[in-house]
Amino acid sequence: MFPGWIIDALFWIALLFLVGVYVSWRATRLDRLHVRVETARAALDAALVRRAAVALELAASRLLDPATSLVLATAAHEARTADADGREFAESDLSRALRAVVDQPEFAATLEDRGDGKAVLDELAAAAAKVVYARNFYNDAVAAARTARSKLLIRVLPLAGKAPLPDFFEIDDDPPKW
Amino acid sequence: MRVGIVCPYTWDVPGGVQQHIRDLAEALLGFGHHVSVITPADDDAPLPDYVVPAGRAVPVPYNGSVARLAFGFLSASRVRRWINEGDFDVLHVHEPAAPSLGLLACWTADGPIVGTFHASYEKSRMVSVTAPILQSALEKITGRIAVSEAARKTLVEHLGGDAVLIPNGVATEKYAMADPLPGWPGRNGVDQTVEGGGTLGFLGRMDEPRKGLPVLLRAFEILGRERPGLRLLLAGPGDADDVVAKVSPELRDRVVVLGMVSEEDKVRAYHSVDVFVAPNLGGESFGIVLAEAMSAGAPILASDIEAFDRVLRGGRAGALFPVGDHEALAAAAGELLDDPARRKQLSAEARAAVRVYDWSAVARDVLRVYETVALDGLTVTASGRGG
Repeated sequence: MFPGWIIDALFWIALLFLVGVYVSWRATRLDRLHVRVETARAALDAALVRRAAVALELAASRLLDPATSLVLATAAHEARTADADGREFAESDLSRALRAVVDQPEFAATLEDRGDGKAVLDELAAAAAKVVYARNFYNDAVAAARTARSKLLIRVLPLAGKAPLPDFFEIDDDPPKW
Repeated sequence: MRVGIVCPYTWDVPGGVQQHIRDLAEALLGFGHHVSVITPADDDAPLPDYVVPAGRAVPVPYNGSVARLAFGFLSASRVRRWINEGDFDVLHVHEPAAPSLGLLACWTADGPIVGTFHASYEKSRMVSVTAPILQSALEKITGRIAVSEAARKTLVEHLGGDAVLIPNGVATEKYAMADPLPGWPGRNGVDQTVEGGGTLGFLGRMDEPRKGLPVLLRAFEILGRERPGLRLLLAGPGDADDVVAKVSPELRDRVVVLGMVSEEDKVRAYHSVDVFVAPNLGGESFGIVLAEAMSAGAPILASDIEAFDRVLRGGRAGALFPVGDHEALAAAAGELLDDPARRKQLSAEARAAVRVYDWSAVARDVLRVYETVALDGLTVTASGRGG
C-alpha cells in the first residue's frame, strides 16, 4: 500500500492538473476571441477603404455632374484621411453623402445608360453592403470578447495579457438604395 | 472561391433548411464557384455531385420534436477529413446551434466560418448546462447571418451578439412558366373577361383568418353577382366544405376549392388566374406566396399592409386596396378584370420587381459575406483538438 501522503499528493497534483487544463482552455478561448476581433477589424478597415475608393472612382468617372462629384469626392477624402477620433463621424458622413447622391431622381437609370456606369454602380452596391457586413461582424466579435473579459476568472488571472479592451465601431452605414 | 457548406439535417428529408442549402449551393455553382456540401445521409443515398455524405442521421428528441441528426466520433472524423481535404476559403455552417454536423464543424475548424441561423422560437429551450459547450464552438463563427427578423431576434436573445439579415430567396425561374390547370383558360387563353367572366385566385391557409380569405369571399358576393362568368380558384390547407358554406348557394358552383396542392399544381394555379388576390390582414413579414405569384407574372391585387406595399413597390408592381375592406377589393378587382392592358402591365412590373428576391440576389449577398470574412491565402483547417 502507498503511504497516505502519496495518495494526498497525487490527488492534489491531479486537481492542479485539471485546473491547469481548464485555465489554459479559457486562455485559448480568450486568445482566439482577440484574434477574431483583430481579423474582423482588418476586414472592416479594408471594407471602409474600398468603399471610399469606389466613391472616389465614381466622383472621378465624369459620369456625374461636377457638383455631385465634388460632394462625393470631399466626403470620400475626409473618410480616408480622418484620424482615429474623427473616423466614425467621417465614415457616417460618407454614408450620408452616398445616399444623397444616389437618391437624386432617376440617378441609377441615368447612370446605367452611360458607358461603364452600371459596373461602377454594382461595385458601389457591393462595397456599401460589405461595410454593413464587416461592421456587424466586428461589433459581434467585440461583444463576445468584452463578455469574456468581464468573467471573474479572466479578471483575476492575467489571461488577457496586454491586449486592450476592444471598442465598438458605431457609424451610420445605411447603404444607398436604388 | 471554394466554399464548404454544412447541412445539419438529412438531405433526403424535405425541409426548409435543406431547400435553402440546395438553392444556395446551386446559385453559387451557377456563378462558377466551387461548392461542396456535407450532410447526414447514407453512403449509398442518391445525392447530387456536390454533396458528400457524413453517415446516417439518428432520430433523437431535440427542441420538442424528433429530429434526424448526425453526431458522434464517426461523424466528427468525417467532417474533419472533409474540411482538410476541401481546402475551403470559407466554411458555411447552417443552424450551428443544433447538435449535428454544424456544431461539430465549428468545434473542429479554424479559419473564416460563416454561420446561418434559421430557427426562431418564442421560448428558449437552450438550457444553461449546454450554454458553455455551445458558446465555445459558436464564438469561432466570424460572420453570422439570420434568415429572418424572427431568427435574428432568437439569436440575439439566446446567444447574444448580432447577425446580418439575408432573407430566403425565391426560385423565381421555377414559377415563370407553366400551363394553366385543366379547365382553366389561363391568362394566355381567350380573354373571356369581357363577357363578365375571368378568374380570381387565392392561395394560403383557408382556415387562418389573418390570411384574409373571408374578405375575399365577401367581395365575391358583390362581384359574383355583377359578373355571371366570374370564378374563384382557392388553394391551400383547410376544410373545403367550411369555405363553400360561407358562400351564397347561387354562387357556390363558381367557387372551386383545390385544397392542398402539389408544388407543380401550385405553379399551374398561379398561371390559371386573371387576378391573384392577397387579402391578408397582417402578420406577414414578407409574403412568400406573393413573391411566387409575382414570379409567375400573375397580376396582383393585395391589401395595403406594410410588407405588401414594400414588395409591390407602393402599388407599381401590383394593385393595392385598404386592408380588410371587401367593397374596395371588389371595386379594384372589377377595374382590373375590365382592363387587360393594365393587367398586362402589372404582370410585367411584378416579374421585374420580384427579381430582387430571387435566389441569385440572395446568393450574391451571401457571397459578399464570404468575401468580407475570407482571408487572403488562408484556408479553413480542422484539428482533432476541439473547443
